[in-house]
Amino acid sequence: MIVPIEAWLAVVLALFAIGLVGVATRRNLLIQLMSIELMLNAANLALVTFSRWHGDAEGQVVAFLVMAVAAGEAAVGLALVIAFFRHRRSVLVDEAAQMKH
Amino acid sequence: MVEWTLFVLFAALSVGAAILVILPPMARNPLHAAVALMASLTGVAGLYLLLAAHLLAVLQVLVYVGAVVTLFLFVIMLLNLGPAELGHPKVTFAKVLASVAALAFGGLVALRLWNDPPLGQAATVDEGFGWVSAVARPLFTDYLVPFELLSIFLLVAIVGAVVLAKKEY
Repeated sequence: MIVPIEAWLAVVLALFAIGLVGVATRRNLLIQLMSIELMLNAANLALVTFSRWHGDAEGQVVAFLVMAVAAGEAAVGLALVIAFFRHRRSVLVDEAAQMKH
Repeated sequence: MVEWTLFVLFAALSVGAAILVILPPMARNPLHAAVALMASLTGVAGLYLLLAAHLLAVLQVLVYVGAVVTLFLFVIMLLNLGPAELGHPKVTFAKVLASVAALAFGGLVALRLWNDPPLGQAATVDEGFGWVSAVARPLFTDYLVPFELLSIFLLVAIVGAVVLAKKEY
């Protein structure tokens, strides 16, 4: 590997920080879910990077598990967005400020 | 040299497209954000290939680009959002503060890694590293219980998604 691990971790941090900014600043639920996917991807990239550096495939196994969890999370999250949209005619989190429907 | 070129290419694709996902003027329409997310995840798949994680690169394209982003696109089409539902972009003090805090978090972790590099050189790996049998062996031995729990999790997620998205309870 010619590319040092610092460069890989810089990409990981950039992706994670972008996802964090997305969740913190965007009010659109769909974009927030996409930002969560970005952060999960950053975590996966870190796992795969360290797996390569240690020469141990277990990091990739964990990344595989994270990938499946992310797919389930997206399915349930998007179902929640649809249910929320039926109630409020909106996908903005500002509308989700009440505990009763 | 080729490795550096490919690394910069894929890293720029994944990070640049990720910025387009969250940047308000570009991602006003969630559809544009979803397409940018697709490009970003493809870039990460390329990075997996450079890290010799071949199976994960294939799964990344199949599961993320092929299934998750497509699910996003289906929901966006189903909701059929107009300008009224999307709201107007506002720059508030809280948002600026949140962005600064998030970026400061990334900067601090980067500083920590820079001062104390975690590992030196990468281990040398054999030919089959990252391909199906190398990943499947630990998955079906040491990680068998998490793997089986994952199948239950996916079943619950499927049922939960159907129940939540149903019109009437």
